[in-house]
Amino acid sequence: MATNPFAEYKWLALLKDWRVFAEGLSVTLEVAIVALLISLALGILFGIAGVFPNKNVRKLNRIYVEFFQNTPLVIQVIFLYHALPHLKIMLPVFLIGCLGIGLYTGAYMSEAVRSGILAIPRGQSEAGLSQGFTYFQTMRYIILPQAKRIILPNIANQSVSLIKNTSVLAMIAGGDLMYRADSWSGMNMYYGPTYLVTGLLYWLMCFPLTKYIKHLEKTAGVKS
Amino acid sequence: MIQLAGVNKYFGQNHVLKDISLKVESGEKVVVIGPSGSGKSTMIRCMNHLEEPDSGTVTVDGIEITAPGAPIRAVRQKVAMVFQQFNLYPHKTVLENLTIAPIIVQGIKKEEAERTGLEFLERVGLKEKATAYPAQLSGGQQQRVAIARSLNMHPQIMLFDEPTSALDPEMINEVLDVMVDLANSGITMVVVTHEMGFARKVADRVIFMADGEILETGTPEHFFLNPQNERTQQFLSKIIR
Repeated sequence: MATNPFAEYKWLALLKDWRVFAEGLSVTLEVAIVALLISLALGILFGIAGVFPNKNVRKLNRIYVEFFQNTPLVIQVIFLYHALPHLKIMLPVFLIGCLGIGLYTGAYMSEAVRSGILAIPRGQSEAGLSQGFTYFQTMRYIILPQAKRIILPNIANQSVSLIKNTSVLAMIAGGDLMYRADSWSGMNMYYGPTYLVTGLLYWLMCFPLTKYIKHLEKTAGVKS
Repeated sequence: MIQLAGVNKYFGQNHVLKDISLKVESGEKVVVIGPSGSGKSTMIRCMNHLEEPDSGTVTVDGIEITAPGAPIRAVRQKVAMVFQQFNLYPHKTVLENLTIAPIIVQGIKKEEAERTGLEFLERVGLKEKATAYPAQLSGGQQQRVAIARSLNMHPQIMLFDEPTSALDPEMINEVLDVMVDLANSGITMVVVTHEMGFARKVADRVIFMADGEILETGTPEHFFLNPQNERTQQFLSKIIR
């Protein structure tokens, strides 16, 4: 007879080892925050590159986006994990995770930034330029403040994906929440409570963010 | 003040400006008329380098802006442009619309930019709208704010690209009144418009363009009383009622 996957003793074992999950959660949060910062920086940089007057700069944006959007994140992270040591670059798993997820999400962020900028009528940048603003001043004072309202909800959406995508670290023994859940339940076969709790923890990280997105979408719609 | 010499401009296969040469003197008011697609907007946009000619030279206040490395931003501060679609900054209040460029581009103190800004708003009759946002204004009011925004840069030249074409008929006059007032102040003006009444009031010279060429030039009276070119006659018969 198969045992109950949610038997009480399995819950008690999990409760006893709660530190394993807490540590995984903290690693996941740290990776998420660092990767988010990387992806935001890349997103703004490559997003602006995507609308730059110079054709070659725009090409750079396309190469970056098309490469990272069209290959699986898992492969990118595994590639970094195995390839970097051959180039004599020794990075801790934590940084590989941040870099891999940051690069990947950055491609989506840059598309969000690019499409937000493109949604602003051309007359706005013409007005700015005709008043003597430089290209970058026009971006900073005229275009980006308007594009922000379009970009922000999209960026928040990508952030939710980013948090969930940190689970890819489990593939390279990253010590994150998913990895701890895998290895803890792999030892004792207590899969039921493990993945229920793990799923709940991811939900607790993402749900406030989606709430925040809703709020952003509302405020973006009200102002004009 | 403004000189175009042998200016050609293509959009793809389309030859939109054909060897245009034109001189606008300091203080002169020039009105440019012509059917849509005749190149008048493209020509006026060449005067502040929003369009770059494929050949020929554009000189503004002694500076050839078509030369490589020309100080285009410095020239643009002297040449203000008023657009058909107003192009106010929707995320800024009316007063901020007037002050942002003077503060950022010209380095003028905020208090000073606001003081002159309010003066210009009063001149266009919209001082009480200083704290409103563009979306709260009518089209005519937005265009008057756009004119005040241009004036707060203290330009020597004002370019108007069909400033009343996007307005409801009952709002056209409030904008034209501001422009007539401006014309009397001695500033150099180049105005692309179909408003022949305005041309008659202020223009020193009217230019008729069609198919990328200047076909006829003369005083407003010349155009009202005895236009020579057949295309000009056809066009005027449609817009003068």
